[in-house]
Amino acid sequence: MDQILLLEAAERYLRGEMNPEETRLFEEMRKNNPEVDQLVVEHQFFLEEMDRYGEIKRFKATLYDTHHTLQENGEIKEVTSSGKGKIAYLWNRYRRVVAVAASIAGITALLISGLILMITPKTPIQDIEALKRQVNLLEKRTNTQDRQINDVRKKIEPGTAIKFGGTSFLVDPKGYLVTSAHVIQGASRIFLQNSKGQDFHAEIVYNDEQKDLAILKIDDEDYRQPSALPYGISKSSTDLAEPVFTLGFPKDEIVYGEGYLSARTGLKGDTMAYQISIAANPGNSGGPILNEKGEVIGILNARQTTADGVVFAVKARNIVRMVDELKKKDSSQQIRISRNTTLQNLNRVQQVKKITDCIYMVKVVLK
Amino acid sequence: MGYKSAPNRIKIGPVSTLEREKELLKGLAANEKEAIETIYRDNYNLIQHLVIHNNGTEDDARDVFQEALIVLYEKAKSGSFELNCQVRTYIYSVCRRIWLKKLQQNRRFESPVENLEETVPVEEDLEQHDKLSHQYGIMRSAMGKIGEPCKSLLEAFYVHHKNMLEIAAFFGYTNADNAKNQKYKCLMRLKKLFFAQYKNGN
Repeated sequence: MDQILLLEAAERYLRGEMNPEETRLFEEMRKNNPEVDQLVVEHQFFLEEMDRYGEIKRFKATLYDTHHTLQENGEIKEVTSSGKGKIAYLWNRYRRVVAVAASIAGITALLISGLILMITPKTPIQDIEALKRQVNLLEKRTNTQDRQINDVRKKIEPGTAIKFGGTSFLVDPKGYLVTSAHVIQGASRIFLQNSKGQDFHAEIVYNDEQKDLAILKIDDEDYRQPSALPYGISKSSTDLAEPVFTLGFPKDEIVYGEGYLSARTGLKGDTMAYQISIAANPGNSGGPILNEKGEVIGILNARQTTADGVVFAVKARNIVRMVDELKKKDSSQQIRISRNTTLQNLNRVQQVKKITDCIYMVKVVLK
Repeated sequence: MGYKSAPNRIKIGPVSTLEREKELLKGLAANEKEAIETIYRDNYNLIQHLVIHNNGTEDDARDVFQEALIVLYEKAKSGSFELNCQVRTYIYSVCRRIWLKKLQQNRRFESPVENLEETVPVEEDLEQHDKLSHQYGIMRSAMGKIGEPCKSLLEAFYVHHKNMLEIAAFFGYTNADNAKNQKYKCLMRLKKLFFAQYKNGN
């Protein structure tokens, strides 16, 4: 309470509200009591601050009012309210960002088009390129060399030009294989080479160009049939994103490739086929697409040249249908398609080791 | 060229302009609405152009301009202001300086702010202004902390200069003495808050 009285007295003194008698008494008190003096000095400073605070606050209020008045009277322009001004403002503010973005886009576009130019084959682009491999196994050689080769390879006559290569795989241990129809197109004779390099003569038993599937039968005394196939042909459909792998002969050696099922339909919504994302090359045509359990889910047959790694595979259930059709037409063919897989609990390396023996390279001698 | 244009400038800006500006500054110091409106009308668009063409928004322009007017107000009030340049030049110089500083703080600074008008050095004035606005900030934050009805009561007395009778009526006190009592209670609290922050700040 005393504090408040003292404060009031100090304020009245500072504001000059005391009468002369009061002023004299208060000044005397101030002289004798340093605390009072201190309070007066402090309060004087405070009141000055307070005054200035009030002044600025009032002045700011006036400024605020003025701004509004002038704005309402249209005496100061609203810049950003007009569309043009806004664009100008945005442009001014972001032009550097825009410039950087534009140059990055430009450089990226140049790089990409450069890359595409670099990797695009020089041959005319077709939407679909059949995965045939142009094999020129036998080049012109000296006669002596030819003779030596002839001695070694009795099955393939000397001078025979083998034009196309592809892949096939056993579906029945008795020697029935499946490949793509386009692989054996125009063939007069077919030889199958296993992973050990042995050649076997084979015949076309069934050819369905619409499905792009063909059945071959090994017709060779040297063929030793395995007791059973490690994989089965799957009739059920496969789920999107399921990991798949393939084995094939894009070169003279068997090559393993890994990918995933990227679409349940093939090119332009073809329900007979799957779309698979996998690295494939000419020569992979006719190769099996297997899922993780070791079931054949499709036959690789084409790739899209306009996109990288997009490959199509005929669904495996078409093999079953084709075999059924074959049996109807020719009852002498006793095909029993392998349906059971024994690869389920093996790791990929062991799976591939077992499968490799059932994959054959297709060599075609043209008519 | 410069020598030739000099006499022309005197013709365009006769002595009466100087007198007019002195009157304007007097009005500004007294917080007179007409004077402030005139200064506002004459200069605002120039500053808005400056700010908006240098990565600012309309709101930025208003803030910068009003801060510059506060600088001018403080200077006009102090009485030490000698008009050695046009009000327009002074305001432009202050705004340019303030805006440059803001751009640097926000790292939006890209290229030197275009200099359309002649400028005068204003660094000292701005330093003084920064000090004052710091103290203003302390008072404002102290006012913000004391709460109601203290804030309104004290502002009514110290900012709007109402007398205790008016205040008592407005805030519903039975008499002026009660209101005065309440005012001093509030004032004690405000002082405590203010000096605590003031000593911390320095």
